[in-house]
Amino acid sequence: MKVIIIGGSAGSFNLIIAILKELNKEMSIPIVIVLHRLKSAETILEDYLQLHSHYIVKEAEDKEFLKAGHIYTAPANYHLLLNDNLSFSLDVSEEVNYSRPSIDVSFESFSYALKENCCGILLSGANHDGAAGLKIIAENGGETIVQDYNEAEFPSMPRAAIELYSNHSVYTMNTIIKKMNNYAT
Amino acid sequence: MIEFNDLEDIVFLIKKQYGYDFEGYSKASFLRRINRFMELSKLSSIVHLKNELINNPENFNTFVNEIVVNVSEFFRDPDFFKSLLTQVFPYLESYPKINVWSAGCSFGEETYSLAILLKEANLLNKSRIYATDISTKALEKSKKGIYSIKDFKEYSNNYFSCGGKASLNNYFVSDGQKSIISSDLKKDILFSRHNLVTDGVFKECQLILCRNVLIYFNEELQNKVLELFYESLPVYGFLALGNKETLRFSSVHDKFKIIDSKQKIYQKIK
Repeated sequence: MKVIIIGGSAGSFNLIIAILKELNKEMSIPIVIVLHRLKSAETILEDYLQLHSHYIVKEAEDKEFLKAGHIYTAPANYHLLLNDNLSFSLDVSEEVNYSRPSIDVSFESFSYALKENCCGILLSGANHDGAAGLKIIAENGGETIVQDYNEAEFPSMPRAAIELYSNHSVYTMNTIIKKMNNYAT
Repeated sequence: MIEFNDLEDIVFLIKKQYGYDFEGYSKASFLRRINRFMELSKLSSIVHLKNELINNPENFNTFVNEIVVNVSEFFRDPDFFKSLLTQVFPYLESYPKINVWSAGCSFGEETYSLAILLKEANLLNKSRIYATDISTKALEKSKKGIYSIKDFKEYSNNYFSCGGKASLNNYFVSDGQKSIISSDLKKDILFSRHNLVTDGVFKECQLILCRNVLIYFNEELQNKVLELFYESLPVYGFLALGNKETLRFSSVHDKFKIIDSKQKIYQKIK
């Protein structure tokens, strides 16, 4: 099963909405979204995303299996991991890059479980979370896309990923959406 | 770094060599913790990891600690403690003696948080808290009850949000860098080693707290542990799980009533 996992931080929320609005309505490959959010965040994030998507949007639950037609978000204050049987595992171990959920943690874990079937996308953000994990996805044969940092509201996160590993595809949002739509069968 | 395919070998080796059974652990978490241990111990491949496990048994404790130890904080999830205070404590009052099991107590933050609230509700003097963990290192640290004051402002906010009546400082002695739990609070808490995977019921307890432990187990082991909790509770006893944990898929599901669906507080009804 192919899976798209998107990591974003500051400046990413509106980009995610833009992506969801433009996705091909035939598309059903599972999408996982890891956004840095406040510890105490209520779950309205999922509601907002649902407003703009033909997918079923929900928070990932512990030991729940990934299914087509679903968008899963990483819950606030937990790391989101993927088991090799493609069920989620939540984890409250230490913050990574001052973040929980950490994009690095999810990218790495999803890459181990999915190998070349993992497509990682890293968007705007003000730190360097996601860079190390995206490199692992690339090294395991998955597709890796970084938002063009000239376009990102907060460029340091996408820039860090390119500085760590230069072979990622760098695209503007319009192209990212087109590339995602290639996953519609 | 190792991958999913390597886990089976490692689980087998550890079971054979040390008698610890990690079979029922959530594979993704287990893999992540092993890789973290390897990073910290500068082990680069599965061969090095196996060598370490076989030839350096004195380091096995460090390995276990790195795998199972959890970070926590005082009054983590204030809404949970608030719910415990308002929905569970009034029931507990009716018991002449209260046994509480804090399962997977880690470094003790949650156990002490509970003790503070029990004290403020005038319940601590008739309570005995059994705090258990698989990690001896975590238990030692819990027993000492020494914490860095770095996060105390947040802890104090949490304490007030969940209905704390006095001041968190009342329960600690501090030197400006570290704070130690006052011995008055410690005297009703018994720390001991218990392995949820292999050990059975050790005491009937009216309240069991086991938060953010089950997420590290696969569904089969989750179910086994929930059955153990069921056996350890009297009818009308309470079970509190982590916010993202549930009884819903377990075999004891219909033997509990939901007290708070969001904070995952349950009461045994049969």
